[in-house]
Amino acid sequence: MANEVCLRNNDLERPWLLEQYQSRGGYEQLKRILAGEITPAQVIDEVKAANLRGRGGAGFPTGMKWSFISREAPGQKYVVCNSDEGEPGTFKDRDILRYNPHQLIEGMIIAGYAIGATRGYNYIRGEFWEPYMRFQGAIDEAREAGLLGENILGSGFDFDLHVHLGGGAYVCGEETALLESIEGKKGQPRFKPPFPAHFGLYGRPTIINNTESLCSIPVIIEKGGKWFSEIGVANSGGSKLFSISGNINKPGVYEIPMGTPFAELLEMAGGMRDGRKCKAVIPGGSSSPVIPGEQMLDLTMDYDSIQGAGSMLGSGAVIVMDDTNCMVRVLERMSYFYYEESCGQCTPCREGTGWLYRVVSRIENGQGRPEDLELLEDVTRKIAGRTICALGDAAAMPVQGMLKHFRDEFEYHIEHKRCKVGA
Amino acid sequence: MSEDQTVTIEVDGREIQAKAGQMLIDATDAAGINIPRFCYHKKLSVSANCRMCLVEVAKVPKPLPACATPVAEGMKVQTRSPLAIAAQKGTMEFLLINHPLDCPVCDQGGECELQDVALGYGDDVSRFVEGKRVVMDKEIGPLISTDLTRCIHCTRCVRFGAEIAGVRELGATGRGEHMTIGTYIEKSVDSELSGNMIDVCPVGSLTSKPFRFRARAWELIQRDAIAPHDAVGSNLHLHVRRNEVMRVHPKENDAVNECWISDRDRFSYTALNSAERLDTPLVKTRGEWKESGWHEALTRVASGLKEAGSDLGVLASPGCTVEELHLARKLANGLGSERIETRLRQGDFRTAAGAWLGQSVTDLERCSAALLIGSNVRKEQPIFGHRLRKAALEGCDVSFINPLELEMNYAARQIVTPPAAMAGEVAAVARAAGAAGPLIDQAEVTERHQAIAERLKAAPAATLLLGNLAQAHPDYAVLLTLASALAKATGAVLGQLPAGANSVGAQLVGAVGDGLDAMLAQPAKGYLLMGVEPGYDLWDPAAANAALTQSGFVVALSGFRSESLEAVADVILPVSAFAETSGTFVNAEGTWQSFAGAVSPKGETRPAWKVLRVLGNLLDLQGFDHDSSEEVLAEARQQAEGRQLDNAPADAVTECRLVDAALTRIGDVPIYAVDALVRHAAPLQKTRDAIAAAIYINESEAAKAGLTAGMQAAVTQNGTRVILPVTIDPNIPNGCVRIPAGVAGTEQLGGQFGEVTLEKA
Amino acid sequence: MGFKNAPMTTVKPVEGKENLFSPEVRAEIDSWIAKYPEQWRQSAVMAALRIVQDANGGYLTEALMDQVAAYLDMPAIAVYEVATFYSMYELKPVGRHKVCVCTNVSCMVNGSDKIVDHMEQKLGIKLGETTEDGRYTLKEVECLGACGGAPMFQIGTKYYENLTPELVDSILDGLE
Repeated sequence: MANEVCLRNNDLERPWLLEQYQSRGGYEQLKRILAGEITPAQVIDEVKAANLRGRGGAGFPTGMKWSFISREAPGQKYVVCNSDEGEPGTFKDRDILRYNPHQLIEGMIIAGYAIGATRGYNYIRGEFWEPYMRFQGAIDEAREAGLLGENILGSGFDFDLHVHLGGGAYVCGEETALLESIEGKKGQPRFKPPFPAHFGLYGRPTIINNTESLCSIPVIIEKGGKWFSEIGVANSGGSKLFSISGNINKPGVYEIPMGTPFAELLEMAGGMRDGRKCKAVIPGGSSSPVIPGEQMLDLTMDYDSIQGAGSMLGSGAVIVMDDTNCMVRVLERMSYFYYEESCGQCTPCREGTGWLYRVVSRIENGQGRPEDLELLEDVTRKIAGRTICALGDAAAMPVQGMLKHFRDEFEYHIEHKRCKVGA
Repeated sequence: MSEDQTVTIEVDGREIQAKAGQMLIDATDAAGINIPRFCYHKKLSVSANCRMCLVEVAKVPKPLPACATPVAEGMKVQTRSPLAIAAQKGTMEFLLINHPLDCPVCDQGGECELQDVALGYGDDVSRFVEGKRVVMDKEIGPLISTDLTRCIHCTRCVRFGAEIAGVRELGATGRGEHMTIGTYIEKSVDSELSGNMIDVCPVGSLTSKPFRFRARAWELIQRDAIAPHDAVGSNLHLHVRRNEVMRVHPKENDAVNECWISDRDRFSYTALNSAERLDTPLVKTRGEWKESGWHEALTRVASGLKEAGSDLGVLASPGCTVEELHLARKLANGLGSERIETRLRQGDFRTAAGAWLGQSVTDLERCSAALLIGSNVRKEQPIFGHRLRKAALEGCDVSFINPLELEMNYAARQIVTPPAAMAGEVAAVARAAGAAGPLIDQAEVTERHQAIAERLKAAPAATLLLGNLAQAHPDYAVLLTLASALAKATGAVLGQLPAGANSVGAQLVGAVGDGLDAMLAQPAKGYLLMGVEPGYDLWDPAAANAALTQSGFVVALSGFRSESLEAVADVILPVSAFAETSGTFVNAEGTWQSFAGAVSPKGETRPAWKVLRVLGNLLDLQGFDHDSSEEVLAEARQQAEGRQLDNAPADAVTECRLVDAALTRIGDVPIYAVDALVRHAAPLQKTRDAIAAAIYINESEAAKAGLTAGMQAAVTQNGTRVILPVTIDPNIPNGCVRIPAGVAGTEQLGGQFGEVTLEKA
Repeated sequence: MGFKNAPMTTVKPVEGKENLFSPEVRAEIDSWIAKYPEQWRQSAVMAALRIVQDANGGYLTEALMDQVAAYLDMPAIAVYEVATFYSMYELKPVGRHKVCVCTNVSCMVNGSDKIVDHMEQKLGIKLGETTEDGRYTLKEVECLGACGGAPMFQIGTKYYENLTPELVDSILDGLE
């Protein structure tokens, strides 16, 4: 069982076209809803029953998020889709935008209907020009067909949708930074509370969901929340897109049920390249702590299993590394990323990410000191949980994971001023 | 949840009361529980980014920022638990890793929030062995120095600019560790409140440029004072070292200036030691100025005044203290003269009114509709400007009727019209509001008049304010009459924004007379000038010069040497300036605020009240036996007892004197030209707001006169011809030319408003 | 005081702002302004900066940023903040072809170092530099979300994936 939800139309020749999408029953769920067959409350109930957890990485239950907004509350409300895919290792939303844009649009309209919002924005990272053009083409088609805009299909319900293009900032994947960015500002996350459900885009009630989450909605409505939930396992409903990359033969995006063994996913992805040993796996994007290969091979791809191993399923970005890789080098690169992408507002993250990077870099370059590893751990503890958004935690966790599982490589670097692996 | 609801929370085992929804740090501050902080500032929005105020809240696993955590009933907070302390110390370590720790050469040293908190939360030795960040400093003008390597990115300065100053000048550009505070491009920070950024900066990143490297914080003694340049009455702290005012800070007073002061009040102290200060008596003998001893000078003055007798005129700055004005009036009265005037820039004395704010200072920010007539409040009384801006941001509908367009820092309706048409505009609003009477009945009402009138009528708290441009208007009495009618028709409070620090006090002690015409039209036998430079401080310098030149005897009490004074005076007595003398100002809302001298008088100068007292003795006048300024004050207060101020004009005046000329001068007084102290404050004179004498004129009007930008042109007013450069200014309406008053180059010109002609020089 | 969220609109629109930029650029910016609520013109600042950057050969100048500020009724500093925060805006001249090469983990473990080395040698410049003839700029970027095709780079709007030195040669040589 694969490619049942977000990638279900990938076998079509040009699945991004309205006519092709409709040939598979596209926009039928929207029609049912607008015809009054399904009430907004029922939509939210189905999403809740689907056990759909936010696919961006945090895993917050989508149905619950929607239920925080009262449909009857007066004034403008917004649906915002987060297509600012930037977590290193993640490349699934790009495929949705390219190959199934109409399903995302349909999901957003349904979300708007459920919470009583008449306007949506899809925040697409600025580098995704081709996916943006695809998605914009789909919007234009949908508007032309009366599926977007005023009085959709004569139902009296209005919903319009626009793209906001990012400008190159990882932190805008954080929902409130993303809102700030749409408001024409630097993408600096807002302190919460207040949460977007109360004070969101332009200060109005807003739901923000990941591309994959919203794209799943029409299928959930069509087949029922229960059906979706049962694809997965307890606490991890549905199927999920996994972006798998690294030293493997067939990197790509695979939509498989939650709870699928990692070994199976690796096999789908063609197995290890050159038959090398799976040394380490980053299971949920670069912010999730690394897991040693042997341990990973025993895990299943769902929230609880990965969490039980001390990491996170995150965005489902799986980076597989073979035994030619030096973990110090890998961590140096990851730490540079957080140093580079910290927005700069919170002291621990602004100062701490640079500190982490510089110490790891020193170790990598043969300048490490014995006390550095303890220092690194201490600095990560002082960043994690002390910042406005999760970027601080994201910078801390990879360091903690690497030191937990591959401490010997760091010690070797410090002691011998060179790499254990020989990379 | 109502704002007034009280909740009980427990902080460090102690029960405290807090307002529901209040941020935790506000509650702990009120209870005297100290939580370290850098980005939090009670007058600025919450940014919660420094992470210094992290505390432990029961049932929350992570430490929470006290500045952004609303209190809730029963909340249990630990500010000193291991979790809280670890979080606070962690933040402190991060703040210090890239901080230069150059406290010994930092002006903030000794009064630095980072230094203070580091003492409690920092470690002795840094574990950071990497290279520290260095940030290039930026040149942002004559008032603020930058040392951006010290910056801890709290963004208070940025928020101050956006929220209080109302102009986004400083920003935080770049990302992450590379984020820096600055203007990004080479540009000065020009807000009239910019100096407050120095105060809000918790470290030595933004410091006072005039104070730079002049003293250490711990060498300074703090003395209280009241700001001398406008009718706000801002409370000040003077920081004094070895009998010298080293700098000026705000003294917090929520009823007056909150924790802010204008740059004018902050930096004018720099004039105290200007080379132009006068510190010995000067006596003119056979046209030659000679330094003299006090005795000789006073004897000469006494005989001159005696000679003048009842034909004495006293012209005193509205920045003189209650004590000085009281004694000056008493002196004049003792000599049989009733002629004393402090309304030196008033353009029309056809009616009398007790000019005051008409309400409290804090009322300004609570008003829901305001119409300002002839006022550039932002530059005339910057702190009142700030209060009104606060009101505007809360939805107050603010409108202006002015002879020139203002640069606003909030959205307001501006009716810009030549001076001669201002009365008509006010009349139109009055008519729209349902008032009747001469001028009003003929007024042509348009939509905008209607809109203003409706807002004023509908507002629960509306106010009409006449500013300095209205007071200087030749038809001020008409404007006041119309405004009074409009106030009656709308139920709005009628207020005035007096010019001087003691304009209101001057009225209460009777230091106002029949006006400048009565004083100058016929030259008096003798004049006593107090804090007045005839070329700069009077409505019509040309007329004043003429009268003073023809007078038999002119004595001036002055803090500064002044060509325009030396041209007309016979004796100049050096008097102590601001900070050197004790006294009292009554601010616009009528609050009496006394202050002591903070430093001893410079050189041979003497406090003016003492000089007047001695003169009283030398003239054998009764009742000049005071031993202290407090005694003078007590007497003055007694005299003032029962004197009520009322902005309503005594007589209705509806005859306009200013007729529509081909070209009318608008002679506003720029913010840094209002008095001698400010005019001699070098740093202020280098700012963008130090408006130079020039012909400011719009493009089409300039073209009519064949003038272009930068060209020298001749202005003729009442027969006096002056050459000034031309500046194109789109804010000036047709038929008008702005030639500021109070600035060098305009000493010979006539009234602040009046007909002028232009020609190529 | 609580949290603030209001547009940073300047009080007085700049006169003549409607004549800034070319009609095409203006039309494009206007199409973005139209996507947002009326009082939030500033929402279009990112799009406007991108559009004027593209029209200016790939980089922004102070004058252009000031014009964007004027056009959107924003204080200039607010535009500088945005332009310096997001990595896709260039504040210095760049080559005709800006090669944005990803070196993040997935690309790294797939040999992005070799790709970078190869390009640096081929073009005779380091990352962050521009060739003397103004043809190429090499820029190191963070994950571009195409890890399945690692190593990869972006030139203009286009992604090039599964790079090898040979492929890089043919791509670079094939550009104008």
